[in-house]
Amino acid sequence: MIRFDRVFKRYPNGREALAELSFELETGEMAFLTGHSGAGKSTVLRLIALLERPTRGQVFVNGRNTSAVRGGAIPAFRRQVGVVFQDHRLLDDRPVYDNVALPLAVGGVPRREMDKRVRAALDQVGLLGRERSFPLELSAGEQQRVGIARAVITKPPVLIADEPTGNLDPDLALEVMNLFQRFNAVGVTVLVATHDVHLLERFRVRRLHIEHGRLATVPHAAA
Amino acid sequence: MPLPDAVATHLERHGQALFGSLGRLARQPFATFLTVVVIGIALALPAALWLTVANLRVVTEGLDDTVQLSVYLELPTTAAQAKQAALAIEAKKGVADAVLVSPDEGLAEFRKLSGIDAALEALPENPLPWLVKVRPSPPHDTAAAIDELAAQLRKVERVELVEADTAWVRRIHAIEDTLQQLVLLVAAVLAAGVLAVVGNTIRLEINGRRAEIEVTKLVGGSNAFVRRPFLYSGFWQGLGGGLLAVALIAAGLAALGPFVERLAAAYGAGFALRSLSLQEWPLVVGGGALLGLAGAWLAATYHLRRIEPRA
Ligand SMILES: Nc1ncnc2c1ncn2[C@@H]1O[C@H](COP(=O)(O)OP(=O)(O)OP(=O)(O)O)[C@@H](O)[C@H]1O
Ligand SMILES: [Mg+2]
Repeated sequence: MIRFDRVFKRYPNGREALAELSFELETGEMAFLTGHSGAGKSTVLRLIALLERPTRGQVFVNGRNTSAVRGGAIPAFRRQVGVVFQDHRLLDDRPVYDNVALPLAVGGVPRREMDKRVRAALDQVGLLGRERSFPLELSAGEQQRVGIARAVITKPPVLIADEPTGNLDPDLALEVMNLFQRFNAVGVTVLVATHDVHLLERFRVRRLHIEHGRLATVPHAAA
Repeated sequence: MPLPDAVATHLERHGQALFGSLGRLARQPFATFLTVVVIGIALALPAALWLTVANLRVVTEGLDDTVQLSVYLELPTTAAQAKQAALAIEAKKGVADAVLVSPDEGLAEFRKLSGIDAALEALPENPLPWLVKVRPSPPHDTAAAIDELAAQLRKVERVELVEADTAWVRRIHAIEDTLQQLVLLVAAVLAAGVLAVVGNTIRLEINGRRAEIEVTKLVGGSNAFVRRPFLYSGFWQGLGGGLLAVALIAAGLAALGPFVERLAAAYGAGFALRSLSLQEWPLVVGGGALLGLAGAWLAATYHLRRIEPRA
């Protein structure tokens, strides 16, 4: 569940990224977040992952008001939100196993259970058996799938992705989006920021369209 | 008995971080080596000073035994009166024994020591008074207690002058006390230095692993989790420095040993250099490890707080 309640966000440099943004994503819903470059898509996702704080207004995630999540409570909160990046942010000097297991390691999951869950997560993204590979030995699509495995390994109720297909060719992009839809099918709330017109046509899911920091109706040209 | 799961997991995590950090240090042998050497020297220096003072004390402790009082009797005093005075002195509390030295014996001894026979022959008569050599008994034989004893002896009949040459012994002890304070001061300053050195190494390590720290925080790693490997890193460096310090001191003692032996032989003293005791060397090693840990904690807490994940 994700809810924005009249969220206003001004960055320290004075830049106003969001203005009175309100929307709600039900538990188990999936949506695309669209809008021109600089519209505020990444800002929305950062507010959900607690990488930024709203200047005004409130953000609710998994039923919790994020303004109440502070200090020592932040790590546990973040484990409930899976995040996928365009540049996947993998640790190149660690094998796939370590990368995927990181969210479990920080949560103190025992080794045996970790093994099991890493294998399950890699299986879900079609990379079973690549545990010992290093990220740079993988293709772009494979790297992105490792990033997704890492995002979902804690079984977070909410999954957000910032242009996860931006660096992928259309086939790989499709593959990655299919993955997101599979997670959504088992009840995960999914929000994906994207520019990709092909995907928007292909996947008939709800669109949250932002223009200059506000929710807007989807322009006809892109719909 | 099997450990409860939570404890086992906890230990496992610490174990991984502990040896993981050792592995990372081994991958940067040169930087690690430099840090360890600096810590080792910083620890060895005060420890060596400490040993110097301790050894000095062993040597000068014997000085207290050689402290005696010279009690000169009035002139003129007959042999019978002198004997009586010696008995009175011996009866005083704190006197181990009192040896009476006649003016003739005194003169003979002086002759033997000085070798200026001719000048002494020229004297019309023996100018020396009767002398009672007093050896104090413990616990009245410390430099401080001797003054008190001297005051008592001055009250004995026919006593003209009591000489307790304790000033120089006291001076030596005062110097030793000062040195010991100095050791503490040097140790404190160098401990701060160790904190700074470790802190700086940790800062560099943190900068080098920025991406990893950001991602770890992003997936829900707490500050404590992110900090842990750096704490272990500081611990290892401090431990290495402590061990090196002990090794340096052992090497230094081995190098100095023969010279000290010759020196002791020249003074006719059976004296061997004391090394770090079984209580002291774990203190140096443990102190190093603790300082490493503390330096890492300070640096990691300060620097990690400023690394927040971006997206
Ligand atoms: N860290 C920041 N500091 C200051 N201003 C920022 C920061 N991040 C974003 N902005 C500004 O906030 C506005 C919204 O940025 P945001 O990154 O959310 O846009 P976006 O919709 O993700 O764009 P794009 O499609 O290009 O990624 C922009 O005007 C941007 O310049
Ligand atoms: Mg963006």
